[in-house]
Amino acid sequence: MSETRYSKDHEYIRVEGDVGVVGISDYAQSQLGDVVFVELPATGKALSKGAEAAVVESVKAASEVYAPVSGEVTAVNSALEKAPGTINEDPQGEGWFMKIKLSNPSELGDLMSEADYKTYLASL
Amino acid sequence: MLNRQGRPTTPGTSDSAAPHTFTGNRALDQTEPLLFEVGRLETTGVDYEAPKKVKARLGGLARKGEIGLPGLSEPEAMRHYVRLSQKNYGIDTGLFPLGSCTMKHNPRLNERMARLPGFGDVHPLQPVSTVQGALELMHTLAHWLTELTGMDAVALSPKAGAHGELCGMMAIKAAIEAKGEAETRRIVLVPDSAHGTNPATAALLQFEVRPVPVREDGTVDPESVKALLGPDVAAIMLTNPNTCGLFEKDIVAIADAMHDAGAYFYCDGANYNAIVGKARPGDLGVDAMHINLHKTFSTPHGGGGPGSGPVVLSERLAPFAPVPFVRHTDQGFELVEDTHQAEKHGAHSFGRITAFQGQMGMFVRALSYMLSHGADGVRQASEDAVLNANYIRAGLADLMSLPFGNKPCMHEVLFDDHWLKDTGVSTLDFAKAMIDEGYHPMTVYFPLVVHGAMLIEPTESESRASLDLFIATLRDLAMAAKRGDKERFTGAPYFAPVRRLDETRAARNPVLKWMPPEPISEAAE
Repeated sequence: MSETRYSKDHEYIRVEGDVGVVGISDYAQSQLGDVVFVELPATGKALSKGAEAAVVESVKAASEVYAPVSGEVTAVNSALEKAPGTINEDPQGEGWFMKIKLSNPSELGDLMSEADYKTYLASL
Repeated sequence: MLNRQGRPTTPGTSDSAAPHTFTGNRALDQTEPLLFEVGRLETTGVDYEAPKKVKARLGGLARKGEIGLPGLSEPEAMRHYVRLSQKNYGIDTGLFPLGSCTMKHNPRLNERMARLPGFGDVHPLQPVSTVQGALELMHTLAHWLTELTGMDAVALSPKAGAHGELCGMMAIKAAIEAKGEAETRRIVLVPDSAHGTNPATAALLQFEVRPVPVREDGTVDPESVKALLGPDVAAIMLTNPNTCGLFEKDIVAIADAMHDAGAYFYCDGANYNAIVGKARPGDLGVDAMHINLHKTFSTPHGGGGPGSGPVVLSERLAPFAPVPFVRHTDQGFELVEDTHQAEKHGAHSFGRITAFQGQMGMFVRALSYMLSHGADGVRQASEDAVLNANYIRAGLADLMSLPFGNKPCMHEVLFDDHWLKDTGVSTLDFAKAMIDEGYHPMTVYFPLVVHGAMLIEPTESESRASLDLFIATLRDLAMAAKRGDKERFTGAPYFAPVRRLDETRAARNPVLKWMPPEPISEAAE
C-alpha cells in the first residue's frame, strides 16, 4: 500500500514502507513551465526536512526542491539529467527525483493528504 | 506634357495577396545570414601579396588545417552589421518600457561632450599633469553624486551596477574586518523582492544569504528584519524603491535596526532615478549605494553601454573606499593610486577593483546631463518618471490587475496575471503581442514575488501623447484577450523578423558555436 503526501512547496512523497519517492507535483510542473535542467543530490546524502534537496530550472526560473521529510537519499532518477522534460510529461510517475529512506516517519504527519492538497491548490 | 515616358504614377491595381519573391526578401525586410554564410573561405576581401618564404618556428603549434575564416569585402561586412542594426529595437526607435531597467533617452548633447578631444582622446596612463581637466570633471561628478545622495564619499571606478554592488559590499566587508568581526558576521539579509544580483553579490563574497519575506503590501516589515538580526548579521541589501515599484516606507526603521545590531545597510540604487532630488539616501540611513549612471543619469545602456556604477559611501564606510580616487590639492588634482598612498590621507582602502579610473566616457555624459538639467531639472525628471508610471497605472487599472491594490506607485508600475485567468493567454503571450504592435515589451515574470509579473517603466522621456497611444494599445490588447481572441496572442509575434523562439529547445539543446558544413569541418580536423 502506498500513500502520497504533499508539501506546501509542492513536493510530493509517495511512501512505500520506509522509503519515499520524492518529486514535484503536477501543479508545480505546470507553474514552472518546460523544465530544462535538474540537479540531483548524491546518493547517500543525509537530508533534513526542509533542506535543499535538488534544483530544477525551467525556461522561466530556477527553483529549489526541498526535502519533504528527513532521511537518506538511496537513489536518484539520473535519467532526468538527459531528459528533464519527463518532469513535465509525467511528474508523479517517470519524473520522480529521488528516493529517501525516512529517518523520522512521524514527519509525514506534517504533510498534506491528496484531498487536503487539492483544497490547498484551490485556495491559491 | 508631363510623364512623356508613359511611367505610371498611380498605385497598382492588383488586389491579390502578396506574391512570393525570388530572393525570399520582402523589400527592406531581408533575411540576414551569418557572416560565415555570407563570406567564402576561398576568397579574401583584402589584396595582400603572398608572404615571402619564412622559416616556420612554431614547432608543434603550427596550424594543421584551414583557419576557416570567411573572406569578406568591406561593403559585405558593412551591410551585414547595418542590416542587423536595422532589425534592432532601441530607445531611439520607440517606447521601451522595460521595468527596472530605466530605458530613458540618451541626450545627444552628452555624446557631443564625450567626443571633445580632451575627454575622448585621453589615455588612462597619461601623466596627471596632462589630464587635469578630466580629473576635475571626475571631481565635480563626485561632488554632484555625494551632494545628491547626502553621502560622504564616492568610488567612481565600478563599471556597472552589479560591480558597484560588489564594491559597496567589499567596503562593508573591510569595515567588518577592521572591527575584528570577520569571523562572526557571516550573514547578509536579502528581501524576496530584491534584484537577483543582490544575493549573487553576497554569495560571491562568501556571505550566507538569508531571505526576508515581503509583507502583504509589497514592502519589507522592519519587524521581520529585526527577527533575523543578531551578532552574526553583516548587512542587509535592500532595493529602494523596490522592484514592485514601491517606496520602502519603513526604510529608516530598517536602517536603525541594522545599525543598532552593529550591521550595515546596503541599498541597491538601481531605482534611484525615482527619488533624485526628493530624498537623500544618506538621510535614510544608507551606508552604501550604487548609482547606475546608465539608468539614472541617461548614459547609454545595454549593448550600447558600457554601464557605470559609482558607489556612494557613508561616513562609516568612506575610509574603506577603493583606489584610485581623485584629490584636490593646492597643486591641482591628483590621483591616489595605491593603498599606501591612501593610508597617508587617513584611508584604509580595501584596494583596487578595476585596472584604471572607471568609465571616463560615461562620467562625461552623466555630468553633461546633470549640468544641463541642474538640480531642479534632475528632481523634475524623477517627478515626471513617477507621474508617467502612475498615468499608465490609472489608464489600465480597470482592465489589468495590480497585486498590491490600486495605489500610487513610484517610477514603475507592477501588474500581475490575475486578470488573464481563464483567457488562455499568458503574460508571455501578451508580451509577444506587444511586439506586433511595435512596442518593446515590459519586463515579464520579474519580480518573482508576483505571479506572471508585468513591470512597466515608461521613464520621463515619454510625452503624454506617447503614453496615451501606449495605454490605448494595451487596452485594446487586454480587451482582445478578455473576449477570447486567443490567436492574436498565442501565435505572436506575427510581424517580427523572426517568429516566437523555441526557448525550451534552446535551453535543452543549446547550440553555442557555428559549425561549418560537413566537408570543411573534416578538412579542419
